[in-house]
Amino acid sequence: MPIEILMPALSPTMEEGNVSKWLKKEGDKVVAGDVIAEIETDKATMEVEAVDEGTLGKILVAEGTEGVKVNTPIAVLLEDGESAADIGKEAKAAPASTQDAISDGGQRTDAAEEGSKSAPQDAGEAPKASVPAAPATKAAADPDIPAGTAMVSTTVREALRDAMAEEMRRDGDVFVMGEEVAEYQGAYKITQGLLQEFGPRRVVDTPITEHGFAGVGVGAAMAGLRPIVEFMTFNFAMQAIDQIINSAAKTLYMSGGQMGAPIVFRGPNGAAARVAAQHSQCYAAWYSHIPGLKVVMPYTAADAKGLLKAAIRDANPVIFLENEILYGQSFDVPKMDDFVLPIGKARIHKSGKDVTIVSFGIGMTYTVKAEAELRGMGIDAEVIDLRTIRPLDFDTIIASVRKTNRLVVVEEGFPQSSVGDHIASQVSQRAFDFLDAPVITIAGKDVPMPYAANLEKLALPNVGEVVGAVKAVTYR
Amino acid sequence: MATAARKAPAKTKPRSDGKSAGLSAPKPVDFTKDEELDAYRRMLLIRRFEEKAGQLYGMGFIGGFCHLYIGQEAVVTGMKMALVDGDQMITAYRDHGHMLAMELSPRGVMAELTGRRGGLSRGKGGSMHMFSKEKHFYGGHGIVGAQVSLGTGLAFANRYRRNNNVTLTYFGDGAANQGQVYESFNMASLWKLPVIYIIENNRYAMGTSVSRSSAETDFSQRGASFKIPGIQVDGMDVRAVKAAGDLATEWCRAGKGPLILEMQTYRYRGHSMSDPAKYRSKEEVQKMRSERDPIEQVKARLLDKKWADEDELKAVDKEVRDIVADAAEFAQNDAEPDPSELWTDIVL
Repeated sequence: MPIEILMPALSPTMEEGNVSKWLKKEGDKVVAGDVIAEIETDKATMEVEAVDEGTLGKILVAEGTEGVKVNTPIAVLLEDGESAADIGKEAKAAPASTQDAISDGGQRTDAAEEGSKSAPQDAGEAPKASVPAAPATKAAADPDIPAGTAMVSTTVREALRDAMAEEMRRDGDVFVMGEEVAEYQGAYKITQGLLQEFGPRRVVDTPITEHGFAGVGVGAAMAGLRPIVEFMTFNFAMQAIDQIINSAAKTLYMSGGQMGAPIVFRGPNGAAARVAAQHSQCYAAWYSHIPGLKVVMPYTAADAKGLLKAAIRDANPVIFLENEILYGQSFDVPKMDDFVLPIGKARIHKSGKDVTIVSFGIGMTYTVKAEAELRGMGIDAEVIDLRTIRPLDFDTIIASVRKTNRLVVVEEGFPQSSVGDHIASQVSQRAFDFLDAPVITIAGKDVPMPYAANLEKLALPNVGEVVGAVKAVTYR
Repeated sequence: MATAARKAPAKTKPRSDGKSAGLSAPKPVDFTKDEELDAYRRMLLIRRFEEKAGQLYGMGFIGGFCHLYIGQEAVVTGMKMALVDGDQMITAYRDHGHMLAMELSPRGVMAELTGRRGGLSRGKGGSMHMFSKEKHFYGGHGIVGAQVSLGTGLAFANRYRRNNNVTLTYFGDGAANQGQVYESFNMASLWKLPVIYIIENNRYAMGTSVSRSSAETDFSQRGASFKIPGIQVDGMDVRAVKAAGDLATEWCRAGKGPLILEMQTYRYRGHSMSDPAKYRSKEEVQKMRSERDPIEQVKARLLDKKWADEDELKAVDKEVRDIVADAAEFAQNDAEPDPSELWTDIVL
């Protein structure tokens, strides 16, 4: 059966070109890889290669012809034993392959390939243009804490250490790596004692090389281990953010579900005290932007413990944002053998009826103080601690807003495209009719963190701003 | 011309003797008849597959980027011949050859190129992103150099599990200038990880020749600061690649840590499908094709030694063409992914 050689496309955006020259004549033998013609577009001249072996039976488009549409037959190739008489019989279509351009009039870059020409219209029924809805997800409820369970006052630091130690005892594939996690016992003492219990195979000191060890962690996770990668602070993780996003977060999707990265990236995030702009930034909004990641940012020690254990067991990459100032604070933690909390579930820190205040992480410290002050003024605020930033528990927020009709969001991060902005936008779309006042978002100021003590204080949110916002939305 | 300084890949140069470890490039060992035929068939499959992919791209069946491996077939083929079960491979975006070498299904690869549901990533990864846990192939990565850290992590897992497997981490002469490559070298050497860094030096990072982009063009010595020995290998001779692969896998399995193999190779086609080819001459490409082609070298030896005649080799070609035709047929006719796939495989 003769093979039709079709006008090839040089890029998904090319629609037509010129046949500038035939390098083989009718009757010439060709083998795969032979250059048979040159074609030309406005950008480049390309060589056309034969893909099949045979004899060039007939040239259908003469050289010099302009405006030849892509996929038009330009020649017919005869296979062994065929003659020109076979032309016209049912032909197989086989466009030639293109070789590199040999002369060109313009620059061509890969960006030119990003055209959106779709595949030929042959593949069964075309999908409907409408976008399928995202599946609804429902977060699990917190586990019941049996009556009579002892509560132990624990610092966030100890809670995080206990969570890692318990998970490392449970699963031999769990290991921790990072700068100063082993012999130094952790730059912030979060990994204290782990080297002594688990040894250097599972508690791995790395060189100061965030991009590299984040990638090593993701590779180990792709191979099925359960790495906990500690960043001394999340500021340094910016060096590694390509591995976190492009490798860890996207591989499951790009592999069609075959291969993911069960890994935890954890460490202190946000402003500490007097460490200035490069060491004081909240990444909650950054990572919350990325499909494929889970983002956890606990406030209490109990949440830190229960959620870190959940993060280590999770099959997905989890960004676990801690805070240096919270490390030393103590909270009650239930004394249970295996206290694991659900990722994706907000916690109602205090219920109330007049206004909803949503916060997370260190933002809760302002919120809790403001709530007490507001109580003194007769305002009964409901305080929601998000705990997880992605997936975000809108069910809990919206149920609360439907009750209180007012919402204030509090966080330390920068204001533009903040977590609070996203919540405000979603609430206005999903619960507009329930709002009696605009949503107010309290965030850090839109400035790099200054060093001077007075300026630093001004750059961060404060209790007065939260109280003021609540008074504004409750029209007091 | 920028490339004038560099001639066709020489046979292994004496200079790269893996100084720090007293390593020298092994001499290519003659293949047995079976090995020659096996190499011939494997390389031909890649060649024909890539030609077909180029053709389907021309027809508009393949979108986006498509980086063909034509010319470099001996590199993955010789290395694959040195592996044992469980050894892993990871590479960048010029990856179809690596997938076929690791015996991923040609249908699955081609259907992924056309973005169909039968593709290895169910149509969601495309040319640069395919994986197979079963075949120990860890991608297909689109960010230049990222796979070097990831491959080092795979090796970390092997050492953690004490399983004696080795990870082949491929990257190009372009990626060899990325910072994380050296961060990875440092950790791999420090921890004696069983990883072989295979630098496929095809002389051009996109359109920038090695001499215009690299202060040290002897890539085998790029690990010197990290005490990683390296050797230069004639990447157009599958026997030389296999011999280097045998040496390197043995080195890693003996617990000696990482090793660098600089494969001196050449890509015939453009960087991607739309490549203006302004950075090298037509004659340079033609000279490589006619004098150094990896497949022609094996073919000549097979005929020379009378281990096969033209008809037998034609039969191999036919068999390979049939596999490729079947893959192309499947890839053109398979359905696109179900719209519901939009929302699957984001998180588990």
